[in-house]
Amino acid sequence: MRGRTKRTMRERFRRFLIRRFSRILEINRKYAIPRIKMTPLVSSSMLLLRLYLLFLVCVLFYKFYTLL
Amino acid sequence: MSFWAKLFYNYRRVLKALQLYILISGPGIIVMLADNDAGGITTYAATGAKFGYGLIWFLLLLLPVAYFVQEMTVRLGAVTKRGHAEAIFEAFGSFWGWFSLLDLLLVDWLTLITEFIGMTAALQIFHVPPWLTVIVVSIVMGLIALSGRYWTWEKIAFLFCALNLVYIPCAFLVHPSVSSVLKEGLYPHFPGGFNGEIFFFLMANIGTTIAPWMIFFQQSAVVDKGLHEKEIMWGQIDTLLGSFLTVLVAVFIVIVTGTVLKGMDISSADQACRALMGVNHLLGTLLAIGLFNAGFLGAICISLASSWAFGEVFGWAHSLNHRVEEAPWFYASYMATVVTAGLVTLIPGAPLVLITLFVQVIAVTLLPAALVFLILLLNDEETMGEYKNTRLQNVISITIVVTIVILSTLYAMSCLFPNLFK
Repeated sequence: MRGRTKRTMRERFRRFLIRRFSRILEINRKYAIPRIKMTPLVSSSMLLLRLYLLFLVCVLFYKFYTLL
Repeated sequence: MSFWAKLFYNYRRVLKALQLYILISGPGIIVMLADNDAGGITTYAATGAKFGYGLIWFLLLLLPVAYFVQEMTVRLGAVTKRGHAEAIFEAFGSFWGWFSLLDLLLVDWLTLITEFIGMTAALQIFHVPPWLTVIVVSIVMGLIALSGRYWTWEKIAFLFCALNLVYIPCAFLVHPSVSSVLKEGLYPHFPGGFNGEIFFFLMANIGTTIAPWMIFFQQSAVVDKGLHEKEIMWGQIDTLLGSFLTVLVAVFIVIVTGTVLKGMDISSADQACRALMGVNHLLGTLLAIGLFNAGFLGAICISLASSWAFGEVFGWAHSLNHRVEEAPWFYASYMATVVTAGLVTLIPGAPLVLITLFVQVIAVTLLPAALVFLILLLNDEETMGEYKNTRLQNVISITIVVTIVILSTLYAMSCLFPNLFK
């Protein structure tokens, strides 16, 4: 009886995880193509943003490196 | 039309406009006053204690900064009927969407911890143990969210907003010299000259004025409230009034600490409350109540910003107008954020100071992205139509955003490397 309950719980949890991940994949599919028109302003802003975030990641890595 | 008839007509018109405003107002005032959270109170108290009234002029400059950024969320929310997280996913794709959403969740959760730190510290002054504060606050926050209607939540939040104004009478209790406040405060200068220390304080004040959660919160609140395009003007007035009130409260905190604690190094708001209690018990008590209230108001807004964002993206029911059984994930994520953040503050030896500093660094990874996306979305004619940014609005908002990004980045750098500007 206890073993069956355990299996049911495990099965429920597995289904829950599948449902959650399938939802994430569904979201990725839904928003795969950006709707905004890629004008020069938009693409240059996105490029700057990427460079900025890369810079921040480098700074954070440097901080951790100097801390160690 | 006779004079009396005209007068009556105008009176009715103003009355109707006022009634309409009261119905529509809310997100702007709440987000702005919630911005004066526990971290904000600490920054303003430390600024006043360090430089007296000398930086009041700078706080006044933050009024248009806060207004122009938050006003864009009103238009975007009212026109698209989407929260900021969903708008980013839809317009810029899933990579930027996930980046913004997960970063927001982290920033909000860390900021929520700082709110709990502020609340527990404030009530410890009255000998309330931190565990009791965390339990009671979590329960009350849950009950407020479960009130079943956005309208009820908003009116309760208004009550806490009114309490945020406690700093105004506090300033009158310390009898500041009005001429000194006007002479030192309104004259743009840097007390003691421009140096690394003052630069740090300027950056900290900007950092507390615009936070990433505010953008997400106000846009989602505008959508949840159901604001229409034709009501945008009222949303703008609401935001303007909110910006005015947030700066007013900041100025009055600076006046209080600038009068009584001038020359003192303040590292936390509860330290300021304890120091003020030594001078005037009532004043210290009021400030401690104000600190608790600031933390609480910040907490109820920040936790909602995360839950709204997740609900929008995952397609869960995500409105305060829904009951628990209709929106279980929305309320579960809300309570999970609140309870876990509260529990972190109770961990013995938890690195709370490090967390407080870390918030600034993580916020800087999200703020530029959120602001840039905001401007790009506001320039998207296909979505915004006649409500898109005008050329003047673009000049103002781009200038503000570039300044905020540069200064908040430098602030984060100075948090990571404390000797950078010394």
